[in-house]
Amino acid sequence: MAVTPPTNRVWWNEPVEKMELVWVVIAFLWGLVMFATMIVWHIVGQQNLSTETYRIKPEAYVAKVEAMAEKFKVREEGSTGIPVVKPSAGSDVYLLGRLWDWWPILELEKGQSYRLHLSSADWQHGFSLQPVNLNIQVHPGYDHIITLTPTETGAFGIVCNEFCGIGHHQMTGKIYVVERR
Amino acid sequence: MSASANAEFRTCPETGLKVHLPAEKLIKVNAVTAVIFLAVGGLFGLLVALTRWPAVHLLPADLFYLALTAHGANVLLFWIIFFEMAVLYFASALLLNSRLATPAWGWVGYWLMLVGAVLANIAVLQGDSTVMFTSYVPMKAAPHFYLGLIVFAVGALIGVFVFFATLVVAKDENTYEGSVPLVTFGAITAAVIAVFTIVSGAIILIPTFLWSIGLIGYIDPLVYKVVWWGMGHSSQQINVSAHVAVWYAIAALVLGAKPLSEKVSRVAFLFYILFLQLASAHHLLAEPGMSEGWKVFNTSYAMYLAVLGSMIHGLTVPGSIEAAQREKGYTHGAFEWLRKAPWGNPAFAGMFLSLVMFGFLGGISGVVMGTEQLNLLMHNTLYVPGHFHGTVVAGTTLAFMAVTYLLVPLIFRRGLVLNKMAQWQPYLFAIGVTGISLFMMGAGTLGVARRHWDMTFSDAVVSVSYPAGAFLMMGLNGVFAVLATLGGIFYIVVVVASILYGPKLGDKAAPKPAPAAAPRPAAIASYGSAGTLKLPGTAILVTVFFVAFVLYYYVNWKYLAALWPMR
Repeated sequence: MAVTPPTNRVWWNEPVEKMELVWVVIAFLWGLVMFATMIVWHIVGQQNLSTETYRIKPEAYVAKVEAMAEKFKVREEGSTGIPVVKPSAGSDVYLLGRLWDWWPILELEKGQSYRLHLSSADWQHGFSLQPVNLNIQVHPGYDHIITLTPTETGAFGIVCNEFCGIGHHQMTGKIYVVERR
Repeated sequence: MSASANAEFRTCPETGLKVHLPAEKLIKVNAVTAVIFLAVGGLFGLLVALTRWPAVHLLPADLFYLALTAHGANVLLFWIIFFEMAVLYFASALLLNSRLATPAWGWVGYWLMLVGAVLANIAVLQGDSTVMFTSYVPMKAAPHFYLGLIVFAVGALIGVFVFFATLVVAKDENTYEGSVPLVTFGAITAAVIAVFTIVSGAIILIPTFLWSIGLIGYIDPLVYKVVWWGMGHSSQQINVSAHVAVWYAIAALVLGAKPLSEKVSRVAFLFYILFLQLASAHHLLAEPGMSEGWKVFNTSYAMYLAVLGSMIHGLTVPGSIEAAQREKGYTHGAFEWLRKAPWGNPAFAGMFLSLVMFGFLGGISGVVMGTEQLNLLMHNTLYVPGHFHGTVVAGTTLAFMAVTYLLVPLIFRRGLVLNKMAQWQPYLFAIGVTGISLFMMGAGTLGVARRHWDMTFSDAVVSVSYPAGAFLMMGLNGVFAVLATLGGIFYIVVVVASILYGPKLGDKAAPKPAPAAAPRPAAIASYGSAGTLKLPGTAILVTVFFVAFVLYYYVNWKYLAALWPMR
C-alpha cells in the first residue's frame, strides 16, 4: 500500500507495466508539442508580446505623455475635459496608467501600426482592452513598447485589471479606432 | 527503547502502527487550527462572491477589497499550511512507526505560525493593509502585515525541519523496513519545495518589511514579482505534492490500493521538485522586461515535466484504485470498479472528486494560462481565480477535507457523527467549487477583471461595458459560491461535532464503512510486474482527459489568432 514501505525492497528494478509506459510517453510527447507550439507561434503567429522595454523615471514618462497629448489633441471627450489624441500612423503613442485613469483617450486608424508605450506614474496597473480582451501588465519605471495594429473600428474600453487601491474600479480609458483616411 | 519512551506510544488498533502521542497531539492541534482558519477565510470568500454577484453587490468597495485580502491570506496560506503541518507529522512519525524528532520545536513552530497568522489578520482587519495576497510594491501595507507573514513562515520552516529530523530518527532507529512509503515520499517532496518556497519568501518579504518601516528606499516592482512568485507559485506546488500524497493515502486506507509502480509514482513526485522551482515565470508572461526565451523556457523547461508528473499521477491514482477494486471482484465491463466504489464514504468520494476536478478544471486551465502567448487572453482576468479555485480549492482543499474523515477516527479516536451530512458534504462542496471555477473562467474569457468591485463601472468617468453574458456568469458564480459555502459549513459542523461528541473509540477499531477495506496481500503483490491486471476503465478516463486537454489548448490558440496583431 501507499502508506506502507514498498513490498518489494528493490522496487526500482520492477518492470513498468506497458499501459503506464505508453501514457508516460504520450504525455511527454505532448509536452514537447506544447513547447514547440510557443516557438512556432513566434515565427508564424501575429500575436506575440513585445519585450522592448526601457527603464524610465515615472516623471519623465508623464512628461512624454503630456507632450504627445498637446501635439496631437483633436478634441475633448464630451464634457469630461479629457483630451482625445490622434497621433500619426506609425508613430510613438504614449498611454499613461495612473491612480485612477488611463490617460489620454487615443484615436487610431484601422489597419495602421502604432508603437504603443505603456507605463505607470505610480503603482502597478493592468492594461485590459475590451472587448478585444488583450491584457498586459504595466509597471512604474518601465516603458514597455508594443507595436499594435487595430483590425476593427469602434470604441474600445480600457479597464485596469491589476488591483491599485480604493479607486481601482473607476480606472478606465478608451481607444477609438476609425477608418483609414 | 526504554520503558519511559514506550509510555509515549499507543498502538493503533486499525493499522497496528505505534502512535507517538506527542506527535499525535501536534497533528491534532495543527489540524484544528487549520479548520478554524478555513472557517474564517471561507466566510470572507462568501462575502467576496456575494459582492461580485451584480444583483447582490453586498459590501462597499473598501470592505470588499479588505475581505478579498483576508480571504486570500486565510485560506491560501493559513488553512492550507497548518493542515500541511499535520500531514507532514502524520506522514513521518505515524507512517514510519517512529517518534517525532523534537516535539518541543514542533510547538515552537506552531506558536510562531499562530502568532504570525493572527498578526497578519489584525493588520488586514485594521484596514491599512488592503494590498491583496500578492502585496505588489509600490503599494504598501502596514509593517506588521509583512512581519506577520515572516513570523508565520519561520514557524512553518521549523515544522518542516522537525519533519526532516523525524525522517533521520526513523532511519536511525530502524522503525521501518526498506524504503519510506510512497505517501511519505510525497510529503518529502512537499517539504523540500517548502524550504525553497520559504527562502524565496524571506528574500523578498524581509526587504519589503524594511521598506515599509522606511529603512530601504526603493524596491523594484519587477524584481519583487520575480522573487515573490518564487514563493507564491512554488507554495502551490507544495499543495499539489501534499494533496497527491493524500490521494494515495486515502486510496490505500479506504480500498487497500497499492501503487501500480513505486518507481513511476516516485519519479513523478521528483519531477515536481526538479521542474517547478523557477515557476514565477508563469506570473510574468504579460510583463515588460523579460525576454521571450526566458518566458518560454521557464514556463516549460522545454518539456513540461512537472505537467508530466501530474499527468502520471492522474493515471496511477485511479489506476491503483481500479486494480484494487478488480482484485475484489468488480471486474464487469470497463467501469464496474468505479460504479461500485464506496461513494457513500466521504473520504473516498472527496478524494475522487478532487482528483477529477483538479485535472479537468485546474490542470488544463493552468497549462493554457501558463502558455506565453495565450496568457495575453486571460492575464489578471477572472480566468485566473477560476483556474486556481480548480487547483487549490477543488484539488487541495477537497482532498484535505476528505482525509479529515479518516483522521477523526484514526487520530482523534472518535467515530463520525451526522453521517448523512458527512456523506453529502463532498458532493455539495464539489458542485459549488465546479461552478465557481467554471463561471469565473467564463467571465474571464469575456474579459472581466479580477479583484474588481464594480463590473458596471458606474463611478468611472469614461464608461466601459462588459457583455451581458459576463453578468450572468457572475450571478451564477455567486449561486455556486453559496453552495460551496454550505459544503464548507457541513464539513466544519461534522468535524467539530465528531471531535467533541463522536463516540469514543478507545482502543477498538473504528467501524469500517462498506465495502470492507482489507486487501488480500498475496493477490496484489504483483502490481507493476507482468502479472498486473488490465485497467481498461483508467485507460478510457485518461484518454477522455487527454482529448479534452488537446482540444481546449488549440481552441485557445484559435481565439488568440483573432486578436489584434502585435509584435
